[in-house]
Amino acid sequence: MAKIVAVTGNEAVANALRQVNPDVCAAYPITPQTDMMQRFSGFVSDGKVKTEIILVESEHSSMSACVGASAAGGRVITATSSQGLALMNEILYIASGTRLPIVMPVVNRALSAPLNIHGDHSDAMGARDSGWIQLWSENAQEAYDNTIQAFRIAEHMDIRLPVMICLDGFIISHSIERIEYLEDEQVQNFVGEFKQLYPLLDLAHPVSYGPLILPDYYMEFRKAQAEVNTKVPEVVLDVAADFEKISGRKYGLFETYRLEDAEIGIVILNSAAGTTKDVIDEFRNKGIKAGLLKPRLYRPFPYVETGEALKHLKALCVLDRADSFGSSFSPVYMDIASSLYPYNDKPILINKIYGLGGRDYLPEHAEIVLNELIDIAETGNVKSYKEYIGVRE
Amino acid sequence: MKLKNWKEVNPGSVITEPGSSEKFKTGSWRSSKPIWIEENCIQCLFCWIYCPDNAIKVKDGKRGEFDYEYCKGCGICALECPGKKGNKAIIMVEEGK
Repeated sequence: MAKIVAVTGNEAVANALRQVNPDVCAAYPITPQTDMMQRFSGFVSDGKVKTEIILVESEHSSMSACVGASAAGGRVITATSSQGLALMNEILYIASGTRLPIVMPVVNRALSAPLNIHGDHSDAMGARDSGWIQLWSENAQEAYDNTIQAFRIAEHMDIRLPVMICLDGFIISHSIERIEYLEDEQVQNFVGEFKQLYPLLDLAHPVSYGPLILPDYYMEFRKAQAEVNTKVPEVVLDVAADFEKISGRKYGLFETYRLEDAEIGIVILNSAAGTTKDVIDEFRNKGIKAGLLKPRLYRPFPYVETGEALKHLKALCVLDRADSFGSSFSPVYMDIASSLYPYNDKPILINKIYGLGGRDYLPEHAEIVLNELIDIAETGNVKSYKEYIGVRE
Repeated sequence: MKLKNWKEVNPGSVITEPGSSEKFKTGSWRSSKPIWIEENCIQCLFCWIYCPDNAIKVKDGKRGEFDYEYCKGCGICALECPGKKGNKAIIMVEEGK
């Protein structure tokens, strides 16, 4: 039986990690993640889990310790935010390239400078090409559910890649919501036993990790890693189907909301999708065919399925809580544009950047965007393909 | 040795065959070559201790000829060699000369 509680996003994810009971956790505190790992270390101190906590001096060290512990044969977790994820960057590539199924909640926060502790997606966007799988979560329930599913995806024998679970800093990590917890036993049965492919601690079968691979072999390893990414969406869907059986909650590669018959649409990640859905309902009540697509599996990006789901729209806006300085458009926009490129008939695509450094995303922002999309769908005229919204001009 | 294709390589470049570095011949990297002068050799085995690879073969406690398939020509053996009465038992000569 599901247990219904009122908890914060950090608390919910920490509880998911307790229920999984991993072997090793190496983490370093950073706002707004700190409270999650503090709660988890509380479970360790209270003997609720058998996890070994490794105290480290930085996130570069925490991810390095995770790489070692995972190669040794353990089920390994950490968590971070913002500067911490940036500091891990070098080792992120080693974790994915070495195919180590580490699970890491990322409580999304802006990057310095200027220094800011509040929610935006710049941190995880900076790691989007690191070879990690990224699952994004609208609310605390999704963050909890994604965390549990992440172990099955990461540890699938065809995959063996690390997974980030992204949730919005403060908006989700520190707000109290109604959550349905699974029973500990259900979670334990769902994730099952972890078995490392080549554990370093299997002394009967000695192995070497991290060899130098010269030009005669490097491309073969990279091609193999690229191919693994193509298998991820199917595994994500299989795991979601199994998860639905124990939870009753359905997950896909992305969520669509009133999109099938829509003429205008919004693509938006994480917590702001909730606000946008409310505004879409208001527009639908006025007879306007608006819809939404919220990516869940953002890396590897299921571009074929996403393009199929969006191609019928007349006008579409990608709202991004991060910019990609110096590039053409913001990160999610570029992926959506690529997914639509093969189609002759496709929506007019515009890009808005919102909510940086925790700036509130309000219903009126969604209204402004939807009204602009109505105008574009009718006239075909675009006043601006890319702009910041909610900023003082 | 036939090179493997991308479907045949181990996930994560993990090496599952212990001691397989012996198959990796590095002699072609060498630009200068150590020469052993046996009459100056006092069999101290410093060269065997200091060699960072597997280029000095020892049998029955005695040093033998170089195994040039593993010698990268770093010259550490020649530097460390005490020789006999000031005459080095290992000297470096440029390859191709």
